[in-house]
Amino acid sequence: MSATARKSASKTEGANQPFIYRQFDQDKLRDALRKMYLIRQFEEGAEESYMRGLIHGTMHLSIGQEASAVGICLGLSDEDQITSTHRGHGHCIAKGADVSRMFAEFFGKTTGYCRGRGGSMHIADVSTGNLGANGIVGGGLPIAVGAALTAKKMKTGNVVVCFFGDGANNEGAFHEALNMAAIWKLPVVFVCENNGYGMSTSVARATAVPNIADRAAAYAMPGVIVNGNVVSDVAEAMHEASERARRGDGPTLIECKTYRYRGHSKSDRNRYRSKEEIEEWMTERDPIEAFEAELVEFGVIDAAGIEAIRADVAREIAAGIEFAKESPMPDVANLEKYVYTEQA
Amino acid sequence: MDAQVETATRELSYAQAIQEAMAIAMERDERVFLMGEDIGVYGGAFQVTGDLVERFGPERVMDTPISELGGAGIAVGAAVTGMRPVFEFQFSDFATLAMEQIVNQAAKMRYMLGGAVSVPVVMRFPAGSGTGAAAQHSQSLEAWLGHVPGLKVIQPATPHDAKGLLLAAIEDPDPVMIFEHKLLYKMKGAVPEGYYTVPIGKADVRREGRDLTIVATSIMVHKALEAAETLSGEGIDIEVIDLRTIRPMDRQTVIESVRKTSRLMCVYEGVKTLGIGAEVSAMIAESEAFDYLDAPIVRLGGAETPIPYNPELEKATVPQVDGIVRAARDLVTGAR
Ligand SMILES: Cc1ncc(C[n+]2csc(CCOP(=O)(O)OP(=O)(O)O)c2C)c(N)n1
Ligand SMILES: [Mg+2]
Repeated sequence: MSATARKSASKTEGANQPFIYRQFDQDKLRDALRKMYLIRQFEEGAEESYMRGLIHGTMHLSIGQEASAVGICLGLSDEDQITSTHRGHGHCIAKGADVSRMFAEFFGKTTGYCRGRGGSMHIADVSTGNLGANGIVGGGLPIAVGAALTAKKMKTGNVVVCFFGDGANNEGAFHEALNMAAIWKLPVVFVCENNGYGMSTSVARATAVPNIADRAAAYAMPGVIVNGNVVSDVAEAMHEASERARRGDGPTLIECKTYRYRGHSKSDRNRYRSKEEIEEWMTERDPIEAFEAELVEFGVIDAAGIEAIRADVAREIAAGIEFAKESPMPDVANLEKYVYTEQA
Repeated sequence: MDAQVETATRELSYAQAIQEAMAIAMERDERVFLMGEDIGVYGGAFQVTGDLVERFGPERVMDTPISELGGAGIAVGAAVTGMRPVFEFQFSDFATLAMEQIVNQAAKMRYMLGGAVSVPVVMRFPAGSGTGAAAQHSQSLEAWLGHVPGLKVIQPATPHDAKGLLLAAIEDPDPVMIFEHKLLYKMKGAVPEGYYTVPIGKADVRREGRDLTIVATSIMVHKALEAAETLSGEGIDIEVIDLRTIRPMDRQTVIESVRKTSRLMCVYEGVKTLGIGAEVSAMIAESEAFDYLDAPIVRLGGAETPIPYNPELEKATVPQVDGIVRAARDLVTGAR
């Protein structure tokens, strides 16, 4: 394990409070909790709409992984960019997207972020720096490195975050992307959300090294393992990685160990993992519960404050679904629009 | 002529014309840069980038590792975020390693995102047989990419067009795939100095004629012209259309020509079945020109085989001038 990893493992050393309480003000922390709720309730709302037949296709829910999306994006600006994955709703919201337009996209409406052409698997909000989810496992890795090349060439000072799953680390694109990011010292942070499985295949069955972060050594970059369900741990590792990237010292690979509660997608019968395993993660290590308890402990919020956030988020979700329902469908006559750039 | 600011012309090779286009583009626009394997001090496998690295430095003439998928994807990512990369594949055959990024990402990103982004990437593919490099270094895969909405696919046949089309491609907001026949790199032709563009999506009538329309691409344009010259001695008057762009295809130019000549032959190097000729033929069969046809349409394409190593076999794999002459004569004289 690298030096960075050892350092992050002893986060409270020399200070009383975890990283985020030293780094961000209380409003920002309450907003982080709000975003975690927004992600979870958005996905619950999407799931319900799907069951009711309002959304077609399939979707990949990230319920249980909210701390990693929010912790990574906490210190980013709209100019910093991300590439996301098929399990990308949380990334999109954490980066600042509006849930109404996300719902509208899932409902296939013109008001959706992709004007009804993308749906869940291609959800994107370029205005807040999200270059898009991806239907191809590993597809976003080279694209993120390309965006980081732009940042370096144009000297923007921005960083690019590349989210991907544990399954993606066995694609060739992963290795090519990490190698080139390292040789050119590009400002990119590779964030592996290791939820234990690529569909049904566990990391142990699919990957030759015990940790995805171990692979960083092959590309001479720090490989950092964090508890992906603890916002502060994620944010701290991300802070170090983005500082390093902005300094021009190159990429970092962060591995967030986490877990998805729902099945892989809508077709999953959960035959490859036990009920007990799922139960244990849900009851013992829920990232939102843990963050709430921590915020209360450090006096950032009280029970009433939490209740107010939940209720406010519920209203936003209900309004978003309403907006999506009422929005217009795309005109079939415009089927071929956006294949090419319209030229004057 | 399509040229906008044409000045004097002089003879340049096809490779020099491409190099000149890249240099002009880099001078005009600092977002333009080149990526590829061994394109720096080596000068590229076919010396197309040549000494550009000395003029523009290694940051703008970037050597990549041997990573086609990653490299193509990085070019896509750079394009979507504001740069204008020109990515060179060492051989067009290696597009097979990068299909994911070309087909799933570059071609679809704008559409999937509902028009929120454009992907102004250019990819250059040295293509075609005739170099004795055998099955994995000689293919003509342009029809593969021509099948993908979101891409533009061009095949310049002359130094003039190689330069003008490349400059147009670099300015184009969408992904443009350029297939350059390796045997054309050394071919010389008149090339205007300075900046000019040749429009993507426009075919060029290289030779006018009354008896037969030959639609050809890339190096086959030259073979068709040679065949037409031979047959003019026999009183057969052939029109030769250089398709130049295979997606989006200039249907109108072909339809008008066939209405005039009443006969159509397609000549292309890619494998005959399911290739460019199939598309052009079907397009004519579906169009108002169908009623004007006096004879069945003929396709001359690559044989249904990998490109072999042996030079005689290799030649036999793709259409040659004498074969075009025979097929065209038979078609016009009604021998078939
Ligand atoms: C290239 C490619 N291969 C296979 C798939 C099918 N697929 C979609 S998601 C997935 C599992 C991905 O696992 P991981 O990267 O761990 O992400 P997670 O789903 O766990 O978030 C698979 C196999 C795909 N979309 N793309
Ligand atoms: Mg996984």
